[in-house]
Amino acid sequence: MKQVMLYSVFNRFWHWMQAILIIILAITGMEVHGNFNIFGFEDAVAIHNFSAWSLLILIAFAIFWHITTGQWRQYIPTSKMLTEMLEYYLIGIFRNAPHPTKKSELSKLNPLQRLTYLFIKILALPVQIVTGALYYYYNNLVAADSAFANLEWIAVVHTISSYSLIMFIIIHVYLTTTGHTLTSNIKAMITGWEEIDE
Amino acid sequence: MKQSFLTTSLVLMLLLGTQGFATTADHTKFEILQQEFKSGPEVTKACLSCHTEASMQIHATKHWTWDVTSHQDQNLGKRHVINNFCIGTQGNEPRCTSCHTGFGWKDDTFDFTSEERVDCLVCHDKTGTYKKFPTKAGDPVLKDTKFKTKMFKGVDLAYVAQNVGETSRETCGACHFYGGGGDGVKHGDLDGSLLKPTRQLDVHMGVDGENFSCSQCHSTDEHSISGSRYDPLAIDHHGIDLPAPDLTSSTCESCHGLSPHVNIPKYNDHVDKVACQTCHIPFMAVERPTKMWWDWSKAGKFDENGKHLKLKDERGFVTYMTAKGEFVWEQNIKPEYKWFNGNNKFVLPGDPIDDSKVVVINPYEGSYDDTEARIWPVKVHRGKQIYDSKNKTFVVPKLFGKKGSGAYWKDFDWDKAIRTNAEEFNFEYSGEFGFVETEMNWALNHMVQPKEQAVTCNECHSRDGRLAGLAGFYLPGRDSWSWLDILGKLMILGSIFGVLVHGSIRFVAGRRRDS
Repeated sequence: MKQVMLYSVFNRFWHWMQAILIIILAITGMEVHGNFNIFGFEDAVAIHNFSAWSLLILIAFAIFWHITTGQWRQYIPTSKMLTEMLEYYLIGIFRNAPHPTKKSELSKLNPLQRLTYLFIKILALPVQIVTGALYYYYNNLVAADSAFANLEWIAVVHTISSYSLIMFIIIHVYLTTTGHTLTSNIKAMITGWEEIDE
Repeated sequence: MKQSFLTTSLVLMLLLGTQGFATTADHTKFEILQQEFKSGPEVTKACLSCHTEASMQIHATKHWTWDVTSHQDQNLGKRHVINNFCIGTQGNEPRCTSCHTGFGWKDDTFDFTSEERVDCLVCHDKTGTYKKFPTKAGDPVLKDTKFKTKMFKGVDLAYVAQNVGETSRETCGACHFYGGGGDGVKHGDLDGSLLKPTRQLDVHMGVDGENFSCSQCHSTDEHSISGSRYDPLAIDHHGIDLPAPDLTSSTCESCHGLSPHVNIPKYNDHVDKVACQTCHIPFMAVERPTKMWWDWSKAGKFDENGKHLKLKDERGFVTYMTAKGEFVWEQNIKPEYKWFNGNNKFVLPGDPIDDSKVVVINPYEGSYDDTEARIWPVKVHRGKQIYDSKNKTFVVPKLFGKKGSGAYWKDFDWDKAIRTNAEEFNFEYSGEFGFVETEMNWALNHMVQPKEQAVTCNECHSRDGRLAGLAGFYLPGRDSWSWLDILGKLMILGSIFGVLVHGSIRFVAGRRRDS
């Protein structure tokens, strides 16, 4: 075992900020959707918008970081070991089988993570950003006589996509407990240091 | 926009600044007004000796003609329309015309070309002592006269004539606050509380605020007053009308412009579909109750001694009268909300009605897809009123008159009350009558409360909010697809359940291995 600095300062900052913002967006978004009443509709909208803009700025920095550090390569999908990963989560994990993949500075993500995170980056988040913008600037759509000027459909797509993100967070948080110890993955995402098999 | 509102405010301040200052004419000094007037028309004659065009101007207004051709080419105005309060003016003139801006309209023979029959004083009295007697066809009484239990003091016409000036809340309110037969009966947003309102009740008229008179918004040109219920402007595309008023409208936008919310621009995204009044008049009949239900079919019951019945609710408001039937009053209540594009075609006497359901006398036209329509707050007055149950038409019964004249209020015979009017006004009556349930829409415009009191976002953007009854559009917070929310619940609860199961198996398997 050796200690490796796996997650740089920006990597961690980005990760946790994104987590906080998405959770705030989920809660306020559900309130705007009418599921419950916590902040009141007006404040919920205000917080939702502020968080959305914050997330956009964060994403802009993150894209810059991914490109300049080459970290974008972490998300190149691969089918290698993909079925092994699935088998591990469905069977091996209960039998104390070894993790099929090893973390390294060059490959921090297992093939399932690669696919999931890529999906979030190129589909779920862009869909949220685009439908969110269409939602908020709906009046301009109408003024421009746009074919997309249908608030109901915009809202439905935005909502479905948000449910999938919430689902991701639940499973993601659970899977952090599947490291060497229950908390080792979370500790690594806080300190940056992770113990890796040599 | 802030700029234009400032400009408007400045212009208004200048206009306001002229109020209450001495004019160039002191009417007490006019010799022609220093005489003992014996009738209203004598006063008017004196007025006309200087204000030569005044009566002719009045003759052109609906305050005089009670006859309006609407933008939908209907003959409206009080002479033609019916409502579900006192039904109609025909045959009831001497009572109804106590709110006519003239003297002596007691029947069909009234001369609408007469200049001296115009009543100048009813609008221009500054003394507060001029009152038209309720049953004298618009004439005041010169000697103290009792009406029911109320004493009407004899009017000193010379004193009033020498103290004339601009219209006021008192003069406009004398009729418009008391329409339907009493304080606040008709409108829900106009009643005696506006004579001296607080800013809290009416941000424009509040004596501790802007202190507007009615004519501040209802600007006039040649005695024609802007604003109309027959030709309402449901959406104002023009905006600021000052400093050159276009005199066609007295809308909120005339002063506030088309995008009035400076601090929270998102509010401006609503103004194409939501009238200002909808958010800014959160409650109606705030300080005094308004009539919400009037059932004429219950009229005509007497007590065991054959005397008129009069019942009151706990607030002292009349809930039953032998002459008028049953009433329900409500105070400080939420309005109803309707799409409205300014078209409200009236069902007029003689028009066919469907008596199998509630008849809407002036249905509001409009929908989400109609770019001229907005959501409006409305007082809906409901009731049951008389109709010809064979011809299926509304009829105007004669209510007011002497005993034996056929007037229902004296003879208590509905058939005779309709027949008398049918003969005099030449309308068809089958001889069969009944009572049909009706609804009438009264859009709210007044009692605009301070912005802190405005309807909050939640009150509409929620599952069962104020706009729960409006269809045809997606309202965030109110609407959702049920399958979408089921799917969402499945996704969220399913993943929580999944990880719990997965975690439990891990836990149990781990325990087994350890042992």
